[in-house]
Amino acid sequence: MACFLVPGTEAIMITGAALLLRKYEQNKARLNLGKGAAVEDGKKTGFSRKLFWLAGLLWGGVILLAFEHLWHGEVQPFFPFLTAAAEGAGAVSEMLHEMATVGVCMAILVTAVWGVMVAVSYAIEKRAVPETAEAAA
Amino acid sequence: MTLLITVFAAVAATAVWYQKNDKGLMLGVLCWMFWGASLMWLVDAVFEYIELRAAYFTPEIGDMVNDAFLGLAVVALALVIWVVVLLIRDPKGVVRARLKRQ
Repeated sequence: MACFLVPGTEAIMITGAALLLRKYEQNKARLNLGKGAAVEDGKKTGFSRKLFWLAGLLWGGVILLAFEHLWHGEVQPFFPFLTAAAEGAGAVSEMLHEMATVGVCMAILVTAVWGVMVAVSYAIEKRAVPETAEAAA
Repeated sequence: MTLLITVFAAVAATAVWYQKNDKGLMLGVLCWMFWGASLMWLVDAVFEYIELRAAYFTPEIGDMVNDAFLGLAVVALALVIWVVVLLIRDPKGVVRARLKRQ
């Protein structure tokens, strides 16, 4: 009914956090450069970039699911936007129940898959560092 | 059916992304969209299975056709979004070069 609103809310929050974190990382890198620190070798991916992966997954899913809801007539392009909102208290409570169950599970699954991706990427980066050190030696 | 079509699209997009390894094509946008939607529809499918049990795997022909049609429409929408993002971001500068020439 409106389950995509839960991952949609998460997508907004994650995008905001990723933008803030990217700004912080850029400022930090600029400061480190000013102190004469070596430039990063570019092998490691910043956490803000990893957060943008999650934002990409969430936004992609939310856009396509919103289209599916439009297809099924559960969402409309005019006020009150959610068909259930115009159908009375029973439909609204059913919609909220679906958001609390299906919507929350969607957000959890996408975040969990992203967590696995981040863990794998850290493992790959860790493996890459000794390889470059060996090559340099 | 929608889930199946989206999963196939996600796998195909990821395979092309890996094979091309070309940031200029922005195939990542397609991969994120298809995988995100696939995961969300998987949850939807699990909840539906819990409700319908074995009947979930024997849908009516009409429902199946509608779902397949929806799946194809979803793939088309994702491709249109990808092309629009590609042309606006213009990572290879093709659109800018064309506009300058004119």
